[in-house]
Amino acid sequence: MQIARVIGDVVATRKDEALTGIKLLILQPLTPARQLAGRPLVAVDAVGAGVGEEVFFVRGKEASFPFHPAEPPVDAGIVGIVDHWDVA
Amino acid sequence: MQIARVVGTVVATQKHRTFEGAKLLLVQPLNVDDTPRGAPLLAVDGVGAGVDEKVLVVLEGRAAGEALGRKAAPVDAAIVGIIDAVTVSES
Repeated sequence: MQIARVIGDVVATRKDEALTGIKLLILQPLTPARQLAGRPLVAVDAVGAGVGEEVFFVRGKEASFPFHPAEPPVDAGIVGIVDHWDVA
Repeated sequence: MQIARVVGTVVATQKHRTFEGAKLLLVQPLNVDDTPRGAPLLAVDGVGAGVDEKVLVVLEGRAAGEALGRKAAPVDAAIVGIIDAVTVSES
C-alpha cells in the first residue's frame, strides 16, 4: 500500500457495469517527505474519500475486494483516509 | 487505472481463443494535462470505445480478464470506461 493525495476526479457514464456507483478519483502518490512519488493514477474509492485528502491505497486485483461479492475490473483502490502520519 | 486516448484499432485473425469476438484497441496513456505519456499499448475493449475517445484503462491481468467477461484470458490491459470529464483540483 502507498500514501497519496487525492488531486481530482473522473466522470465516466459509459463503463463496465460492475463499476456503476463507484467513485473514481485521481491520486498523486507521495513520499514520506510529502514529495510527489511517481505519476498520478486513477483509483476507485471504497471509503468515502474526497479531493484534497491524504489516503492510502492498494494496487492490483485486491482493489476490488472491498466491493465483494461484486468484482469490478479495477487495479487501484483507496482503502483508508489518513488522519495524520509521522516519519521518525 | 490510467487515463488514455484511443489512437488505433488492431485486427488479428490468428489469436488465442479467448480473444474471439474481442475488440483490440491501441491506446496512448495520458498525463492529467492530456499530454502523451510513454508508449502506446494494446487493450481489449469492454465498453464499446472508439478512436479518439478518452478512456479509463485497467492495467492488471485478472481485472482485465474480468472486463472481458472471461476467466483466465491472457490479457493485461482493458478499457473499462469512456471518460466524460476529468477534474484536477491540485497537482
